[in-house]
Amino acid sequence: MDILITGLILGGTYALIALGLNLQYGVSRIMNLANGEMLVIGAFTAFILFTTAQVSPLLTIFIVAPLAYVLNWIIYQVMLRPLVKRAKNRGMLEQDAILTTFGLSFVMVGIMLWAFGGDYFSYSYLARPVVILGDNFGFNRVVAFGCAVLLCAALYLWLNVSRAGMAIRAVAVSPENARLVGIDVPKLSARAFALGGAVTAVGGAVISTFLTLDASTGVIFTMKALIIVIMGGVGDVRGTILAALVLGVGETLVASLIDPGLTLVAAYALFILILLFRPQGFFGRRSS
Amino acid sequence: MKRDDWNKLGWGGALIGVAALLPLTGDGYLISLGVTIAMYTVLATSWALFSGPTHYISLATAAFFGVGTYVTGSGLDYMSYWLLLPLAGVIGGVLAALVGLATLRLSGVYFVIFTLGLAEMTRQAVTWYQNQTGHKGTYVLTDFTDQDIYWQLLVLAALVFLTGWAIGRSRLGFALRVIGDDEDVARHVGINTAMSKVALFVVSGSVAAIVGAIIAPRYVYIEPSTAFTPMLSFQVVIMALLGGTGRLWGPLVGVIPFTLLWEAISSSFPNQTTLLLGLSFLVIVYFLPGGFVGLYDRLKGRAVKRSALA
Repeated sequence: MDILITGLILGGTYALIALGLNLQYGVSRIMNLANGEMLVIGAFTAFILFTTAQVSPLLTIFIVAPLAYVLNWIIYQVMLRPLVKRAKNRGMLEQDAILTTFGLSFVMVGIMLWAFGGDYFSYSYLARPVVILGDNFGFNRVVAFGCAVLLCAALYLWLNVSRAGMAIRAVAVSPENARLVGIDVPKLSARAFALGGAVTAVGGAVISTFLTLDASTGVIFTMKALIIVIMGGVGDVRGTILAALVLGVGETLVASLIDPGLTLVAAYALFILILLFRPQGFFGRRSS
Repeated sequence: MKRDDWNKLGWGGALIGVAALLPLTGDGYLISLGVTIAMYTVLATSWALFSGPTHYISLATAAFFGVGTYVTGSGLDYMSYWLLLPLAGVIGGVLAALVGLATLRLSGVYFVIFTLGLAEMTRQAVTWYQNQTGHKGTYVLTDFTDQDIYWQLLVLAALVFLTGWAIGRSRLGFALRVIGDDEDVARHVGINTAMSKVALFVVSGSVAAIVGAIIAPRYVYIEPSTAFTPMLSFQVVIMALLGGTGRLWGPLVGVIPFTLLWEAISSSFPNQTTLLLGLSFLVIVYFLPGGFVGLYDRLKGRAVKRSALA
């Protein structure tokens, strides 16, 4: 029970990060491997604001989100848009995007190492235990989980109810046909990419309340987010959330029953199972 | 074999022969640099054998390399070093086949993601195994000097170039070029796309493992964090792309300048290597798509056009 709840709480925060990546990959068709660095930037901002000005990480979210949105929008317009134009087919775009975002992620890590050094950073926020079903859990983890649930729910509703959300889903399904019904695909792709980055950065601010991070941990989160997106199915919000919870619980199981050093092995085991049996994701339909 | 082919073979052989004379200079620094360059040449060339025609970016080099170093590290007590090299190749090949069979049937993205974490995952698994059995690192004690390692790598390089040349002329090489151009077309003309990709990936994985096995004596003491450094995979990708994967000799053209640059940066600004790696990726995508080989071909194309106009 203890493991299950810890896993679900961890999975909830993973869901937020993976949703950001899924927006970027599902809608803008950019496999963003610099996603984890965006998370670290969000976490860094929360850390700095908390240690210097005592700003609560939950308020930092409102600063991080617009900043990350603008930053990602600029990244898309300046660096990725030319590649989209240049690409003759999806495969070429994928290769270019992978190389570019790799480069970007290394540049970001390099700048952060240069500016802040390679130390681990963590701060103590709401570090008191709460009792759920007879077991103790960190209050910060529970709050982070609550934030993640709220944000995921808001995003899910927005995508499914609002007009803008519908347009985004239309681009995710078919960029060519979305254009025919009067959707400005390039503009929307840029916005979806920016939104995805903002969601991930917020996830970073939330996760920094209970995890210790350093400048180069980004890639681990990128890996996990990618595995979650593939497990859940590209462009599928429900699938992503379910996959994130599965990964959270799976990792916690392995970490507490076998060895905490094997979390990535656990993630990989899940990944292989999915690749072998349901490569289209939990809810995806098999393409003919 | 045409005359042209004999020419190429002759030139290749002559170049390797000249390279083999390097240790005669007796300069320790030069020889050690030579080992590094030879190592990356073999890794980048074998990487390009697979990733060049298919355009699938493999980030698994570090995993295969690490497995190779561990084969030497843990097998030296039980059998001769010269048996360990082919053994490392076989193990690397089997690992590559498993990875390939799981991912290469699907789209390229799955493959990239899978290989991205493979080195880290193997490292975690090896570390865990070592903790269970209660020892941390492994000593690799041989009487090989840098010079011996250099010559071994050179022989391997020659073999890789020969293999690449043979594959380029074979049906398999042709099939891979078709796959790289358009996978749907390849499937329609009856190419078994998954198996062709897996076959080449096995070659490149097994070569990377052999390189690891050859390099292991140089480290003397190996532990998971040195054997499986993820940076290695990225360096190999950059070098191969910088040179260009369109030709067999392309990666070599990237390896030499990048190794020198890397040495210079990491000795004077050791904290900025990550930044350098990132910037190189961006430079390649935006300014040098196709690498030096692509640049050379474009310049040559322009010259031909100009002379045709004149």
